[in-house]
Amino acid sequence: MIYREAGDFKTGYREDGQTFPIKLDRWAYYGVLAVAFGIIPFVINDYWASAVLVPFLIYAIAAMGLNILTGYAGQVSLGTGGFMAVGAYAVYKLMTAFPDVNIVIHILLAGFVTAFVGMLFGLPSLRIKGFYLAVATLAAQFFLVWLFNKVPWFYNYSASGQITAPERTFLGEAVTGPASSAPAKYLICLGFAFVLAWLARNLTRGMLGRKWMAIRDMDIAAEIIGVNPLGAKLSAFAISSFFIGVAGALLFAVYLGAAEVGEAFGINKSFLVLFMIIIGGLGSIFGSFAGAAFLVLLPVLLKNLLVGSLGWPTDLAAHLELMIVGALIVFFLIVEPHGLARLWALAKDKLRLWPFPH
Amino acid sequence: MDQLIYATEVLLNGLMTGVMYALVALGFVLIFKASGVFNYAQGVLALFAALTLVGIQQGQIPFAHMINAMFGTHLETFGWTVPSLVAILLTAMVMVVLAFLIEKLVLQHLVGQEPIILFMATIGLAYFLEGLGDVMWGADIKTLDVGLPQGISETIEGVTADWFGYGFFIDRLDLWATAIAAALVAALVAFAQYTKQGRAMRAVADDHQAALSVGISLRFIWVMVWSIAGFVALVAGIMWGTKSGVQFSLSLIALKALPVLMLGGFTSIPGAIVGGLIIGVGEKLFEFLIGPMIGGATENWFAYVLALIFLVFRPQGLFGERIIERV
Repeated sequence: MIYREAGDFKTGYREDGQTFPIKLDRWAYYGVLAVAFGIIPFVINDYWASAVLVPFLIYAIAAMGLNILTGYAGQVSLGTGGFMAVGAYAVYKLMTAFPDVNIVIHILLAGFVTAFVGMLFGLPSLRIKGFYLAVATLAAQFFLVWLFNKVPWFYNYSASGQITAPERTFLGEAVTGPASSAPAKYLICLGFAFVLAWLARNLTRGMLGRKWMAIRDMDIAAEIIGVNPLGAKLSAFAISSFFIGVAGALLFAVYLGAAEVGEAFGINKSFLVLFMIIIGGLGSIFGSFAGAAFLVLLPVLLKNLLVGSLGWPTDLAAHLELMIVGALIVFFLIVEPHGLARLWALAKDKLRLWPFPH
Repeated sequence: MDQLIYATEVLLNGLMTGVMYALVALGFVLIFKASGVFNYAQGVLALFAALTLVGIQQGQIPFAHMINAMFGTHLETFGWTVPSLVAILLTAMVMVVLAFLIEKLVLQHLVGQEPIILFMATIGLAYFLEGLGDVMWGADIKTLDVGLPQGISETIEGVTADWFGYGFFIDRLDLWATAIAAALVAALVAFAQYTKQGRAMRAVADDHQAALSVGISLRFIWVMVWSIAGFVALVAGIMWGTKSGVQFSLSLIALKALPVLMLGGFTSIPGAIVGGLIIGVGEKLFEFLIGPMIGGATENWFAYVLALIFLVFRPQGLFGERIIERV
């Protein structure tokens, strides 16, 4: 009765093609935005910011980036960790070289640097496909991590080999460095996540997104109907890497504060983000958020349950977490290969007919 | 002249590492050929096998850590040690059971899915097995000793010292590992070529439906192939575990086998062997000649970059089947 297109009359193409065609969805969307921007910043504390919300938003950005490349354009990448490292080191170099420029501009520039690097490593995708490409992107992962480890210029010749984010402000609030407050960190991540999600949604349903999906479904057929594979694949690599670079920059500057490349941006990061988009749903912006939320929350919940309530040792909990994540991935692939986004869509379809399913 | 002798030593070491890479890569190729699954879990299988072997050998109680945490007990070991050979046989049996379970619980439900979905399922499997190995046997670094000789080979050092005036440093363990790996590779090739099961395996690799129609049981072949892969993983786990201890980094040898596969082609057994040798020699020589100039530790990425450059010119690898795409 309530969740219906019926009665919500559209009088133009613009309204007809909007992201949320159902009124209730629109309200829910505005409601979520209002809570996220209007209420949470006032009630957030350090624990929630650092354990749940900030990593969730950052990983959601990274997952959107990988989803553009893997879910929409069909190019499997295992180099996410390496590209995040590019974003992190780019923002670090920019922050220390130009202290007067606004941090937001630095983060965006870091995204562009990563986009360029991503395009470079995306070039072989024109010749290499499928598994071979997935393994080829590992070259990016290992080479980039090695590069940031071995060339001291990247970490400003610091003795420990670590990079540490200096304090930078945005609109008078410190957003990086030890003095930054939880609401400030949360809001800057939320701002980026919101704008980038809006961008991703509108890119993927426009001409570019359709080109990507055509390439994904069958690249030769796409070429025959007039999609330029060079342009489509490289743009997917560039835009995906831009997102991932921004995520890497935020992860380092806002969330971690200090990072060591092998530890923070190793191959496990690549897999983590890949898992997020598998569990969330390939080819879905909502899925990127759902997957990120799931894999950020799961360890926190497990830790609270096993360590907090049952009193088990932390290392055991960490190993069980590995098992559970692994089993869940296999489970999801068997039961619902399209992930949480698909479950959500199914639920909505059911709701549309409820309570008269026939 | 000295440089040349050092290079020869590096070359020999590279060849021996290459044989080990080939061994791991072979596990991949077997599964890929028979079931079209690109098995990322191969390295973790090696780790799991090595952990199980050490656990059985030292009479550890499985899940002791977890049981202790749940019931407040202080279980550690059964208090016996098992002879190496028996332990290896028991571990091989565990790997067969594991192969059966993987087929039953995972692969069977994923028949007909896209290859990339299967690949991701094996990544999930790898995570699961990694966690399981740690929960079952504890996560501390263990030493593995099944009686393989270790240390510098004096014979070779002596002979080369006579010839060149410089004794080559070659680990006896490497020599043994090379010999065993080479024997295993030969045995696997012979198995695939000359036995009934081997022929059935190749038939499945060639065409699933045709194989089914002449009465070959796909499920049996899959369990068999995963068991063989588990056995190969066990051998690889023993070698690498003896060399550098049983720890998480053992599972990373699978990542090293990936460029080997790309170079050799996913579907070719000779490709895996030649690719392994090329990568083994290539990365050691590169580290020796160019490494010092650019900061060392190039072994982490050299193999991938080599494979990447190579693939741009020959996308199907050295011996892979030509990829023909049709709309």
